[in-house]
Amino acid sequence: MSAVEKPPAPAPTPAPAPARARRRIADEYGRRVRGWELVLRYVLLLAVLALTAGPFLWQLSTSLKGPTEDIFTSPPKFLPSHPTLHNYARVSETIPVWDYVLNSLKVAVGNVVTNCVGSALAGYALARLRYRGRRAATLVFILAMLVPAEGIIIAQFTTMRELGLNNTLVAVVLPGSVGALNVLLMRNAFLNVPYEIEEAAYVDGANVWQRFWRVALPSVRGTLAVVAIFAFMFSWDDFLWPLIVLSDPSKYTLTIGLNYLHGTFANDERLVAAGTIIAVAPLIVLFACLQRYFFRGVGEGAVKG
Amino acid sequence: MATSTSIVTRSRGPGRPDRPGPLGRLGRLARPGGTAGPTPPPAVRVRRQLAISPWLFAAPGLLITAVFILYPFVSTVINSFTDRRTLLPGHFVGLANFRELLHDDMFWIGLRNSTLYVLGVVPALVILPLLLALLVQRNIPGIAFFRSVFYTPVVASVVVVGLIWVWLLDERGLVNSLLEAVGVGRAGFLSDQWLLLFSAMTVTVWKGLGYYMIIYLAALANVPRELHEAAAVDGAGAVRRFFTVTVPAVRSTMVLVGALSSVAAFKVFSEVYLMAGPNGGPAGEDTTLVMLVQRTGTGLSGRVGYASALSLVVFVVAVVLMLLVLRADRREES
Repeated sequence: MSAVEKPPAPAPTPAPAPARARRRIADEYGRRVRGWELVLRYVLLLAVLALTAGPFLWQLSTSLKGPTEDIFTSPPKFLPSHPTLHNYARVSETIPVWDYVLNSLKVAVGNVVTNCVGSALAGYALARLRYRGRRAATLVFILAMLVPAEGIIIAQFTTMRELGLNNTLVAVVLPGSVGALNVLLMRNAFLNVPYEIEEAAYVDGANVWQRFWRVALPSVRGTLAVVAIFAFMFSWDDFLWPLIVLSDPSKYTLTIGLNYLHGTFANDERLVAAGTIIAVAPLIVLFACLQRYFFRGVGEGAVKG
Repeated sequence: MATSTSIVTRSRGPGRPDRPGPLGRLGRLARPGGTAGPTPPPAVRVRRQLAISPWLFAAPGLLITAVFILYPFVSTVINSFTDRRTLLPGHFVGLANFRELLHDDMFWIGLRNSTLYVLGVVPALVILPLLLALLVQRNIPGIAFFRSVFYTPVVASVVVVGLIWVWLLDERGLVNSLLEAVGVGRAGFLSDQWLLLFSAMTVTVWKGLGYYMIIYLAALANVPRELHEAAAVDGAGAVRRFFTVTVPAVRSTMVLVGALSSVAAFKVFSEVYLMAGPNGGPAGEDTTLVMLVQRTGTGLSGRVGYASALSLVVFVVAVVLMLLVLRADRREES
């Protein structure tokens, strides 16, 4: 797999770091890491780095190359000779890209709000409140989690038609607006909060809403952040569902707009490159700022399958 | 009323002077005692007080799930026995859709490609992220940076990733010009039927590496270091220790990753759609099952009934693969 691309492997010159480190760096067992092993590790790390970051950087580089610069040279030129933002301006002349950004943003924020509210409330009901039918309600969410979206997507489409919501941004949000996985994640988070705290609040006279809002919810902020971030990422990146439910180009989200751009101007690589950079930049920034929640979400989501 | 007074004092205890309980509570709170022990059992109270509100809490989630997941699932099953179209209600046709499936070349092509996708992607996604996790496990300077960058493809939209690779693998793209520069010559990554499927698999693996790397990192952190030390003392080299210590210790995680990635791989849509085009490449030979569902069932002339039958096939295979996840998960717990 990794042979597909021979990246512009930055000359492996980690020599100074390991040389210095040889005296200092210990492994997780407290033993000294041998110098050659450290060099080997950094060489491999840099190779994988080139493979994972390289394609993004190449796309960035392509998007910055001007109309007169040859982008097909062999051997390739990795840096634009005259970097220009011209292509970004052209994207917005070709497709209403900022409208698409706005649509994506509306969908993503809507998805975050509904998922946070819906899954926190439902998760609390499943974890803490006693009532007839609680087990049945939990089962509903477990079953819903097991249904693969791709298996019911045509019926979701006809459901939207029946509701008269086709071709609206609301329809893009609705099916994933309270993810079953998120509900179960919140349920588990609430179950992990010691019940004594809420008992104390109850004795102090807090009603169910106050216990939820002031006692339980602040204890699960971490999980709530994970739910929020994954809801944002999921809907910002989603492709199949908006592709099916949106037919009016003015309603397109960014991913559908990019697909349209690619389909119509496939031969204009600089243009497509600029479009993809516009789409991916916000998420990379978000990821850079909130990494630990992204990593945490992987762990929690994977355990639940 | 002496008791209830004392309870009021409690409920306005020093911690929360500004939060009086609802007045109606006083009488009820006083009831169980009249004695010195003032705290009633919470469970009883909760049950009595909250006949309605638990359902209010759960209502939004249940409503959305019922209308947009469970109802569509039921109607998928029902529609699969009808000849419903997007604009026509349709009639019951028995098993006609399923009989048609058996004679539909595109269905077999789709099933073949989706299955090939599982076979091609899953081994790579089980093994490569494990190696990557071992590479980034050790806390050497700068490792957090490497981990983050390795995870970036996961964060990016599949559309972005797909288009990036469409350009990289273009007839005149970076990969081909590098191949030419080293004298191998250009390859039709996006025009040859099989090479295209393979390219799409590569993209799926490339995008999934970081995700499964994080899962493996969590598993590796739980491998007892004594095992490694004992093996090292016994003279086992790094490769030997990988097979005798690491692999057995993370075996259940490998099963989990295998099941997760095979469910995802079988449902592949976006990568192939973007790289091969909406029609699945030359003569539709690269169509996957979900692409076929999308193409058959949407649009104004969509054959909802037939697409539902196709969906059921996707559903059944995905659920079977998903049950593997649960089994793997359970094995991990025990």
